[in-house]
Amino acid sequence: MLSKRLISCLDVRDGRLVKSVRFVNTKDIGDPVSAARRYYEAGLDELVFYDITASSDQRDIMLDVVEDVARQVFIPFSVGGGLRSVEDCRRVLGAGAEKVNLNTAAVADPDVISEVADAFGVQAVVLSMDVKASPAASIPSGYEIVTHGGRRNTGMDAIEWARRGEALGAGEIVVNSIDADGTLEGYELTLPV
Amino acid sequence: MIHVVDYDAGNQTSVKRALDHLGVASIITSDSEELARAERIIFPGVGHAHSALETLRERGLDVALKSAGARGIPILGICVGCQILLSGSEETDLPCLDLIGGRCLRFRPDDPDLKVPHMGWNELCASHGHPVLRHLRPGDEVYFVHSYYPAPGDERDVLATSRYGVEFAAVIGRENIVATQFHVEKSGPVGLKILGEFARWDGDAC
Repeated sequence: MLSKRLISCLDVRDGRLVKSVRFVNTKDIGDPVSAARRYYEAGLDELVFYDITASSDQRDIMLDVVEDVARQVFIPFSVGGGLRSVEDCRRVLGAGAEKVNLNTAAVADPDVISEVADAFGVQAVVLSMDVKASPAASIPSGYEIVTHGGRRNTGMDAIEWARRGEALGAGEIVVNSIDADGTLEGYELTLPV
Repeated sequence: MIHVVDYDAGNQTSVKRALDHLGVASIITSDSEELARAERIIFPGVGHAHSALETLRERGLDVALKSAGARGIPILGICVGCQILLSGSEETDLPCLDLIGGRCLRFRPDDPDLKVPHMGWNELCASHGHPVLRHLRPGDEVYFVHSYYPAPGDERDVLATSRYGVEFAAVIGRENIVATQFHVEKSGPVGLKILGEFARWDGDAC
């Protein structure tokens, strides 16, 4: 039977590994490629890279990181951040990632999930969701989808969005809790799954 | 020199990167004449068996692979490349390469918690000693992504199994041909050892 997978998420900004607390106060903590190799050698099962580079003209730096990781790390890994189209995804997959993470672009245009799934298969599509606790009556699960790196509330319920994403062709879902991010207080286990 | 077959099925570059890491010389090719002269072949693949077979036929690679199989050179199939080595598949009406007798079947788990595709790390259990699997230890896990699994007609062609609702063949082989349903190039040190052993294997299964 399938094993539980230990997966590390690495945030990369302008080609550097960074660490944030609740998606803010981002600090440089080193080189993402050597960190990935260290985790791989320690027995990690899978990696997720989020490119949180702010300006789009810096995005190509991430492709170099992906290629460097692919030459040294022989476990599956996915890449997300700023991917908006099948073409964007093709470049990341061509550089050596197995999967792409869609987040803000999928909220803006859910059809992009199906387009990427049609082009590369559902196994290559991860719906990445940034969620924040919400007491609003319009959010029955208690968790709201937030986009643009935690800056924009959408009014969408996390569980409803997850179901819709699966129906559209997402093969896997990654949930990032903004409230728990970087706080060293453990997983947000109150999230209904 | 290992020839890695390119038929737009995706993971040939990952396979080549893994071989580079091991210090094994390889080239990626989609040329059937070049394949006809190859000494050792890796036949990778991700995606659908049907479109993969169509591309192989267009490029004459199906014939080149069959004749390479008959020439007795070592061949390693990976994932869809493993499935296509069989006679047929539930995924397509097209005949497959028939280098190993049997068919590919779709997972139909009764348990709703078992999602298809089968995706993730699962334990590999060797059924026969085979040179390519000689480093395999009980409990070793490898990385799978697939909806169909190989079911060789002859039990002796099953070299290792894994379990996902059913027990299925995770490594198959006959004579100079061996094939893994999982991704050796993404299975960490366990996968790299299998790849390294294949690079040295003389094609003799005993």
